[in-house]
Amino acid sequence: MEPQLQGQVIRQLFFLIGATSVNSILLRKDLCSCRKGMLSSPHQNTPRHREILCFLVEMAAQPSDTLATLKTESETLKTKLEEERAKLHDVELHQVAEKIEALGQFVMKTRRALKGHGNKVLCLDWCKDKRRIVSSSQDGKVIVWDAFTTNKEHAVTMPCTWVMACAYAPSGCAVACGGLDNKCSVYPLSLDKNENLAAKKKSVAMHTNYLSACCFTNSDMQILTSSGDGTCALWDVESGQMLQSFHGHAADVLCLDLAPSETGNTFVSGGCDKKSCVWDMRTGQCVQSFETHESDINSVRYYPSGDAFASGSDDATCRLYDLRADREVAIYSKESIIFGASSVDFSLSGRLLFGGYNDYTINVWDVLKGTRVSILFGHENRVSTLRVSPDGTAFCSGSWDHTLRIWA
Amino acid sequence: MLLGDAKQYCGCVWNVFLWRTSTEIMEDVIGRMQDEKNGIPIRTVKSFLSKIPSVFSESGCHFVLGLLKNPLFVPLVEALHLGTLMAAHGYFFPISDHVLTLKDDGTFYRFQTPYFWPSNCWEPENTDYAVYLCKRTMQNKARLELADYEAESLARLQRAFARKWEFIFMQAEAQAKVDKKRDKIERKILDSQERAFWDVHRPVPGCVNTTEVDIKKSSRMKNPHKTRKSVYGLQNDIRSHSPTHTPAPEAKQPTEEELREQIKFWQAQLDRHRLKMSKVAESLLSYTEQYSDYDPFLSTPDPSNPWISDDTTLWEMEASKEPGQTRVRRWGFGIDEVLKDPVGREQFLKFLESEFSSENLRFWLAVQELKRRPIREVPTRVQEIWEEFLAPGAPSAINVDSKSYDKTTQNVKDPGRYAFEDAQEHIYKLMKSDSYSRFIRSSAYQELLQAKKKVKHLKQSDNPKNPPQKKNLIL
Repeated sequence: MEPQLQGQVIRQLFFLIGATSVNSILLRKDLCSCRKGMLSSPHQNTPRHREILCFLVEMAAQPSDTLATLKTESETLKTKLEEERAKLHDVELHQVAEKIEALGQFVMKTRRALKGHGNKVLCLDWCKDKRRIVSSSQDGKVIVWDAFTTNKEHAVTMPCTWVMACAYAPSGCAVACGGLDNKCSVYPLSLDKNENLAAKKKSVAMHTNYLSACCFTNSDMQILTSSGDGTCALWDVESGQMLQSFHGHAADVLCLDLAPSETGNTFVSGGCDKKSCVWDMRTGQCVQSFETHESDINSVRYYPSGDAFASGSDDATCRLYDLRADREVAIYSKESIIFGASSVDFSLSGRLLFGGYNDYTINVWDVLKGTRVSILFGHENRVSTLRVSPDGTAFCSGSWDHTLRIWA
Repeated sequence: MLLGDAKQYCGCVWNVFLWRTSTEIMEDVIGRMQDEKNGIPIRTVKSFLSKIPSVFSESGCHFVLGLLKNPLFVPLVEALHLGTLMAAHGYFFPISDHVLTLKDDGTFYRFQTPYFWPSNCWEPENTDYAVYLCKRTMQNKARLELADYEAESLARLQRAFARKWEFIFMQAEAQAKVDKKRDKIERKILDSQERAFWDVHRPVPGCVNTTEVDIKKSSRMKNPHKTRKSVYGLQNDIRSHSPTHTPAPEAKQPTEEELREQIKFWQAQLDRHRLKMSKVAESLLSYTEQYSDYDPFLSTPDPSNPWISDDTTLWEMEASKEPGQTRVRRWGFGIDEVLKDPVGREQFLKFLESEFSSENLRFWLAVQELKRRPIREVPTRVQEIWEEFLAPGAPSAINVDSKSYDKTTQNVKDPGRYAFEDAQEHIYKLMKSDSYSRFIRSSAYQELLQAKKKVKHLKQSDNPKNPPQKKNLIL
C-alpha cells in the first residue's frame, strides 16, 4: 500500500478508536448526567480529561500533512549540516596567512582601452591565444578584438538586444553568444573579412528564459549554459542536442564556471536564490551547495587549483568557498563598498582576486589575508564583466560605459 | 595581522548580520549628514546679488562618509567617489550644475528632499518631463533658461505629444501658478530640488543614468507594487504600463517529491568527508606560494609583460616548440601540469615511447579526445578505443582492475561519452604514481630542466633593464 494511503488509514483508525473512547467516556451513564450535559461528573471534568479530549479531537481533525513533516525534516538536516561544517572550523584562513609576506604596492594601469561598442558591455571572454577577446553588449553587437592592437577583427549583430553571454571556443575558430533570445548561438569565425558571419550562425541551446552565461567545455563541440529559467544545461554543438540538464536552483541562474581540472567533470553555478552549486556534469546531480550570501550571486570563478571557488554578489561582498572544507572560508568586504560585485576572477596563482563592482570600481583582494590591496578607478559606469587572460599577464574589464579596459 | 585588517574583518563579520542594500546605506548616511548636532553644517551663503539658502560645501568631505565608523581608513579619492555616486543617485546636488558629482573644490551642495529620493520608486513619464520643461519656459527666463539639451528634449516632446499638448500646457500653467504663490526662498530651494530630480531621471547627455537597471534583475524588482505616480498629478490614462513591472512570481512551494530529493541531498552532504580548516588553509597557501613565480601580477615575466612593454617576445617564446626552463619546472608540480601543456604532453609521450610503455597515456588522451567529439561520432570512437586498448588481443593493451574492466565492457555495449570513465580514472591514478614520477626523474626531463638554466643566466646579466625581481617590492 502506498505510504500516503497507509498514513490515512492509520489516522482514520486512530480517529475511530479515539472517538469511540471519548464516546464511551462521555456516555458512561454512571458518571454523567445527560440532562445536565456531558462531563457533569467532577471526575470527568478535570483539566486532564479536557486535555485528552482536545488532543483526540485535534488529531482526528488534522489532514495528512506530509509536506509539513518533510519540510521540517529537510530544515533539520540542513541545520545539522551547518553544525557539522562548523565543527571543523578550527582556524581562520587569514590567521594562517599571517605567516606569509604581505603584498606590496601594486601599479596597475589601463594598458589598452577598447572602444567600439555603442552601448553597455555585458560580457567578455578571452581567446586561448592570450590576446584576442570577444565581447557582447546591450545593443546586440558581438565584437571580436585583437586586444593587443585594439583592432576589431569581427563584428556580428545579434537579432536580440541584451546579449548577456559570450564565449570564445578553445580552438579560437568560433564564438558563442546569447541573451534575451533565450538561445545560445555559435558563430564560426572566418578569416575572410567579407564573409557574412551571421549567415553561418548555428543555434545550439534553447532555454525558456534569458541566457545568462555560456562556456565551451574543453572542446568546440560542447557548450555549457545557464539561464534565467533556473537551469543549466550541457549541449552538443553539432546537433543542438541537450546532453545533460541541471536542476536545483530555485531562481534564475546568473553565472557558471568550469572546474580547471584535466580529469574533473564538474562546474559551479550561482543564482538569484543566493545559492552556489557544484554539479557533476556526468550525472546532472548537484554534489555540493553553499548558501551564505545575502543577495543574488552574480559571478562565480574557480580558484586555479580547482579546490575552491569565489563568488561575487549584490550584497557587496565576495566570498571564497573551499570544496574540501565544504564551507565558506573567507569574506572580502569593506564598509565603504556598498554596491554589488558583478564579476570576479583570480590571478594565475590564486593570490589575487579581482572584483568588478556596480560602483564603477575594481577592487583587488589578497585572497589569503582577506585585505584589499588596491582599488582601480577608470570606468565611468558599472563594471559588468571581468576576466583574467589565459596566461595571467593582464585582466580585462567591460563596463556599462561602453568600453573595455585591459589592466596590467 | 594589522589592526586595520582585524577591524576590517570584524567589520565584515558584523555587516553580514546587519546586511542592508546600498539604498538603505546611502539614506542612512544622508540622515547622519543632516543630523542637526553631528552632521554637516548647512548655511545660507551670501553671493553677489542674492543669498543662497540651505547649502553645504565639501572642503572636508570625510563628512560624506558618515557611514564609516572610522573615516581614516578611507582615502580621499574613494570618499569623493562614493560621494559622487550618492549625488548621482540623487541624494544631494551641486546648486549650479546639472552634472551630479562631488568635488573638493568649494562648490556648494544642497540636500534633496526625501520626497524625491530613489526609494520612492520614481519612474517619471515623459509627460511629466514635458510639463516640467514647459513650466520652466513660463517662469523667470533669466534664472531658469533651458540648457541646450533641455531645449532639444522639449522640442522632441512637443512633436511626440502634439495632440495632448494643450493639456500639458494647462498643467504647466497650473504648476507655475502654484510655484508663484510660494515664498521666494522656498521657491529657490524647491526649484533646485526639482531640477536635481530631473537631472537624475533625464540626465545630461553623457552622464550616467543611475536609474538604469540590469534587465536580469528588473523583472524581479523588489517592489512589484510600484505605483506609477505622476510628479505633477497627471491622470492615469496618459500613462502606459511598463512591461518590466510584472510582479515577481510567488516563490513556488516545494512539492513532496522535491522535498524528498532535498532530504536525500542533505543526508548525502552529511555523509561527506570534510577536511579541517587548518589543513585546507595550508593547502591554499602552498599552492599560491608554488605558483607565485608564474603569476605575472606577482613576479615580472621574463623578458617582459607584453601588455606593459608592447613586446610580444614572451608569447613567441611560449608558442615555440622549445620550452623554457620555468615552463619545464612547472611540469614538475604535478601530473596535471604535464597533461595541460601540449609540449609537456608531447615530451611525456616521447619519454614513454622510448620505454615502450606509452599505451596508458595514449589511452588517457584518446578518452579525453572522445569526450570532445560531437555526440554523433561517439559510438564509432568508443569501438575504436575498445579495439585498440581493451579488447582481448588489443594491440596497445592496458591493464585495468577487473571491476573497471567489467563495467567498461558493459558500457561499450551502449556507448556514451563516459563509457571509459572508470578505466580512465584507474589509468590516471596509475600514471600519476608510476609513469609520471619516472618521467620527472628521467634524464630527458632533467636535461630539459638544466639546458635552459645556463641560457637564462646569461640573459639575466645581459639585460639590466629586466632584472628578475618580484614585482611587488615596495619601491
